[in-house]
Amino acid sequence: MGRIAALTRNPAMIALVAALAITGCASKKTPNNAADLGLNGAGAATPGSAQDFTVNIGDRIFFDTDSSSIRADAQTTLARQAQWLNQYKQYAIVVEGHADERGTREYNLALGARRAAAARDFLVSKGVAGGRLKTISYGKERPVAVCDDISCWSQNRRAVTTLSGAGS
Amino acid sequence: MRSFLNPLLVLVAVTLGITAGSVVPVLAKVELKVTGGNIEPLPIAITDFQGGDALGAQISQIVTADLKRSGLFAPIDKAAFIEKISNPDAAPRFDDWKVINAQALVTGSVSKEADGRIRAQYRLWDTFAGQQMAGEQFFANDANQRRVAHIIADAIYERITGEKGYFDTRVVFIDESGAKNARKKRLAIMDQDGANVRYLSDGKSIVLTPRFSPNRQEITYMSYESGQPRVYLLQIETGQRELVGNFPGMTFAPRFSPDGQKVIMSLLRDDGNSNIFAMDLRSRSTTRLTNSTAIDTSPSYSPDGSKVVFTSDRGGRAQIYVMGSDGSGQTRISFGDGVYSTPVWSPRGDLIAFTKQTGGEFQIGVMKTDGSGERILSSGFQQEGPTWAPNGRVLMFFRDTNGGPKLVSVDLTGRNEQPIPTANFASDPAWSPLLE
Repeated sequence: MGRIAALTRNPAMIALVAALAITGCASKKTPNNAADLGLNGAGAATPGSAQDFTVNIGDRIFFDTDSSSIRADAQTTLARQAQWLNQYKQYAIVVEGHADERGTREYNLALGARRAAAARDFLVSKGVAGGRLKTISYGKERPVAVCDDISCWSQNRRAVTTLSGAGS
Repeated sequence: MRSFLNPLLVLVAVTLGITAGSVVPVLAKVELKVTGGNIEPLPIAITDFQGGDALGAQISQIVTADLKRSGLFAPIDKAAFIEKISNPDAAPRFDDWKVINAQALVTGSVSKEADGRIRAQYRLWDTFAGQQMAGEQFFANDANQRRVAHIIADAIYERITGEKGYFDTRVVFIDESGAKNARKKRLAIMDQDGANVRYLSDGKSIVLTPRFSPNRQEITYMSYESGQPRVYLLQIETGQRELVGNFPGMTFAPRFSPDGQKVIMSLLRDDGNSNIFAMDLRSRSTTRLTNSTAIDTSPSYSPDGSKVVFTSDRGGRAQIYVMGSDGSGQTRISFGDGVYSTPVWSPRGDLIAFTKQTGGEFQIGVMKTDGSGERILSSGFQQEGPTWAPNGRVLMFFRDTNGGPKLVSVDLTGRNEQPIPTANFASDPAWSPLLE
């Protein structure tokens, strides 16, 4: 009972659940939003809220190993993000770049930065004002998935669009 | 703030003369060649230092542990000793030591002076030649008991191997605790053997990649404390911190120049690539050394300051490059099968240590400065980040095992790997120069 309530209060937690679910062996399809996860999130989040962005739009994209190219699936997510961000202009945006653990610390700081910049540039190309966007790299220092195999590494190679400023 | 490195220590070294019992000097027979591939550790007997209550035995224990971990010495079990040393200043009964195959013998004593200082002295004996090889005494204040032992171990190491020791040194590192997805990272410093840990940051911000100044009690490191990750300087004694430069973006991967006057580091460009810059700490002027649309990072100066080795993925994947310290003549030197990063120039100047990823493994290795002669010293699932002992014979790095990183040392033969004890997980070790 308290589980969904707790999750919906914490967008970051939902995102984590979504991320883990993608790698679950049993999952037949990739859940993109809270409805897919059975959370009925679409109804729970106020349109234009940070929660709406995380749950219904999807706040993160994933990368191939040692790559900062925006994959086709990531382009879809980012285009959706851009549309939302262009509708709700009150937010300032920080794009976080992350790497998996299969690289050395300093190199991965640089790789995370490159991923964040690639996601930022894509958002700008879809009309999001550059002045709203900042980037930060966490390298491999902030993994969301903590196992020692490919299923986790693929979840950690990510860029996460986070909202700040008014309205959140 | 508490003083971490007590400069008052010191160490008045007095050479102790040959005692009356000694014979006419002959050529010492005890020597250890440390350049070859196979090293037979030298059997050595280290007796408990006389006096000072438990302190005498403790000094002996620290000296023994240092020499043993070097892999070059085989300390003999005290239970095998025949002669009980009663006067450490008198010549021992050499036959009693020869019969247990102790080629070298250490005797010593420790006492408290009236002013509270500790006086420690040692003598190193060549048992087969029947003569004293070395003898010195040191005065230190009470807080530096362990340092006295490390200094004695360094003196023995140097006298027998002909190379400088590395025991009176410290290691700065990142102490890691908590779950992997919520790791607390703190800047910490300890003796090279894991003793005397002190924390230099509170763990509220992520801190990474600390490195020692070659000639000051100062480190450079990266911290997220301002939100944007940036390179800082920290005075170890005072705790005073200072941002290095005022750049628009992330600065990372800092290291000092050999003269301590510059910090070289990576600066993030707006397009997401990283270039290498050097900042003069006095004039605050910056020099751009690379200008590529690639990741250029992990710069490390040669000990003469004339060259810089670094990582770049300009050729596709990360490899090691060398350039002049003005950025001239950028040349790739790693061509092996794999991805290379974290190059660090040896303090002797002859080798470059690196991390190599190949076949799902992380390896720690060394190559000559032109990239030839690659040798892998250690392989594992996840390990990285070598740092050199000041004598260029031993590397320390970190290895992920059982859920978190721990520190490990390995010597240049690759045969002597030793865990460095730390209370928590530990990463990013950086070895200090020999303490003054």
